[in-house]
This record gives sequence, C-alpha cells and structure tokens, in this order.
Amino acid sequence: MSTLSQIFSEVVVLLSGPDPDLIEIVWLSLRVSLTATFLACLIGLPLGALLGIKNFPGKTLCTILVNTLMGMPPVVLGLIVYLMLSRSGPMGFLQLLYTPTAMIIAQFALVLPIVAALTRQQIEDSWREYGDTMSSLCVPLSGSVKTLLWDSRLSLLTTGMAGFSRAISEVGAVIIVGGNIDHLTRVMTTAIALETSKGDLPLALALGAVLLTIALAVNSLVFSLRARIT
Amino acid sequence: MLPLEIKDVALTVNETHILRNINLQLTDNGITIVMGHNGAGKSILLRCMHGLLEPTEGKIQWNGDTASDVETRKKQAMVFQKPLMLNRSAAANIEYVLKLRDKPKSLVMKYLQSANLDSKSNQPAKSLSGGEQQRLAIARAIACDPEAIFFDEPTANLDPDATLQIESQIISASQQSIKVIMVTHDIAQARRLADDVVFLNKGTITEHCSADKFFTRPESAEAGNYLSAYIK
Repeated sequence: MSTLSQIFSEVVVLLSGPDPDLIEIVWLSLRVSLTATFLACLIGLPLGALLGIKNFPGKTLCTILVNTLMGMPPVVLGLIVYLMLSRSGPMGFLQLLYTPTAMIIAQFALVLPIVAALTRQQIEDSWREYGDTMSSLCVPLSGSVKTLLWDSRLSLLTTGMAGFSRAISEVGAVIIVGGNIDHLTRVMTTAIALETSKGDLPLALALGAVLLTIALAVNSLVFSLRARIT
Repeated sequence: MLPLEIKDVALTVNETHILRNINLQLTDNGITIVMGHNGAGKSILLRCMHGLLEPTEGKIQWNGDTASDVETRKKQAMVFQKPLMLNRSAAANIEYVLKLRDKPKSLVMKYLQSANLDSKSNQPAKSLSGGEQQRLAIARAIACDPEAIFFDEPTANLDPDATLQIESQIISASQQSIKVIMVTHDIAQARRLADDVVFLNKGTITEHCSADKFFTRPESAEAGNYLSAYIK
C-alpha cells in the first residue's frame, strides 16, 4: 500500500512541477517517435496500398515477409541498425550512432512493417469494393492508391496510432542505438529501464504513468480529429 | 464507337464454361437489353464488352478497336447493381471523374441537376438513399462523356418511384446518342426501355431481335419459357 501511495505521489510530483529534465525526456520521446511514425506512414501507406491493389509475381511472399516483420523484436532490430551505423558498418561514415537520428531510424524500421501490413489489409479489403468502379473509370494505379488511401483515412488513422504506440513504448532498439545518454538520447522508456536497474521502482513506475498519460493525450487528440472528420 | 462486334467469344474459368460461342453485332444506338436466367452469364458478358474481363477465346471489338484497350474503355462507362460511392460529398464524386477526364469543375452542378441531386451536393454520398446513390452513380458515369454505357441491374432492390427516376436517366442518356446496354430481370422494365433484346441461356446467346418481336413472338424455346414463366 505504501508503495502504491509512493508511486502516486511521485506521479503527482512529476506531473505538477515543471522539471526541466523530465520535459527534455518527454520532448525527445515525442520528437523521435512522432518523426519515426510520420516517416513510416509516408512510405508505409503507399507501399501497403500498392501491395493491396497490385498483382505481381511474389506478392504473397512480400505480404508474408511484411507481416512477419511486424513481429520483429526491437532488440534484434536495434542490433541490426547498430551494426549498420557503427564505425565499421556500411553507414558508419554518417556518424549517427548514439544520436536521436539513429533512434529515429531504428523506430522507423520498427514501425514501417506495422503501417505497411495494416494498410495492405485495409486497402485490399477496400479494393474488393472499389476495384470494379476504379477499373471501369480507367483510374491509373497511382490514382487508385491515392483514392483508396483518402477514402480509408479514418481507418488508417488507427494504423498510424498503432505505429506510434509501438514506437513510443519500445525500449530495446533505442537503448542499443541511442545509448541512453543523459541530455542527449534519453527517452521515457530508457529512463524507466535505468531507474528500474537502479532500484528506484516508484520513480520508474511514475515515469511509466507519465508515458501512458502522453499516449492517452495523443490518442485523444487523434480520436477527436477522427470525430471531426466523421 | 459502334459497331460492337463479338466474334466466337468464350470464357472459361477453372474448366467451367461461363460463356460459349458468343456472336453478336450491335450497330445502332438505342437501348439493348440483355436478359436471361440467373447464372446465364449476363453480367459477365457485360464486363467482357466493357473490357473489364478478357475472354479466353474470340474477340470483342468496338469499331475495330479491342474492347480491353484503355483508350476504348475510356469512351465507355458502367453502372453497377450496387453503386460505389467515394467517401466524400455528392459533388466531389462528380468532380472526381471530371478531373479524371480533364473536364472543368464548373460542370459539377449540371450533372447533379441531371440527377435531381443539386440540393444535396454537399451531403456525404454514402449517406444518400439507395435510389439517390444510383442516380449519382449514373450522373457520374455520364460525366465521363461516354459513347456507350453499361447498366448491370441498376434498379434491383429499388422502389417503383426510384426505378422510374433511374429509367428516365437511362432514356435521357440514350437520347444523347449514348449507346445503352443494360442487364435486367424486370420484364416490364425491359418492355418500357428496350429497342432490342439479347437473350442468354447457359452462357450462349439464343436470341437477338427487336424488342417488339422478342416480347410478342420469341423464336427460341428458352426465351419463350423465360417470358411465360414470368408472365404467369
């Protein structure tokens, strides 16, 4: 009981006082995850729509591959990105390791298959309904992709949210490529991992509650946007 | 773009003969009604004529051009039994095809008025009633400036009033020198609209003649049975 009240008071302290360190961590978390999600949507939405509409040899294989990548463990993905960005890796010359950009790249790679796979399913279902009319109107492939993405925008908002939730809540990839460096690459999840390892469980749980509050706020924002569009 | 010539067309899917030995020539404008029992292949034939489906044998040509060529298909439009409305306003649905065909946006109201939907231009198309959606689908098809238009049972599941409104749009399209080819099960409707009738039975055309002749003295036994079954 005392632990619960301790956590609760920690949360109140964290949320009420403008702690510059916490603001910095929250801001970096949002910057990294929102940028990664935005970039993943920019590529994943049209990619998923193409997979849903276009028939080509190897489509089934591509679909299975994209679906499988949704389950990629963040730690493994972080390791791959680490190897790519490390000094001896193929992209080592960019010197991005242990920077927020490296964290964006890792989260982008994590979110991209989620956005692409969910979009593919959504657009493939819509294509069954729209296909005849689009073909009859001789709408080119690019036009069909744009039309279906626009017409499915409400469902795709949820896809974007699924991607963002994955990005903001993962720790494995960002801790490997970011290194959890104070005032540089420390985000909410890596801060929670650090406090847990130090044994400061109330603070770790309070940070978790803050993370959930942020996720709740972003979801509420998207939900109200969705309601406005409807 | 007439004449439409269909020569020795067959369509086989998974060893099932859906269309067999189809030969047909349509030379005149006006309304051609395609009739036949369920599963006779009427809708499939319509899709083949429109170039949405490639026959496995034979050829379909519009004034010498292959039906499935994009340029040939752009001169046609099709209205389906269940109208597909884009997830936007009624006006935006018309605007969509005007943009596709490089036509000015200012024509939107003209086409909405032709469907008696000008007062609902800003309403989401999906919120319109079934009859209104079908009228909008027809206006959208006509906005493509087609030389031929296909209707696949456009009034199925509509009430008599909505059906008559759709029929007046079809007649109006025909009066604008658009070739109309339509599938219907409604014999009364076929009598009201048809200039000529194509009768399909088990994937084969058993009769093609003027509407007057078809409804008074059908030549094939299958057409006679079909008409008598419905008249009873």
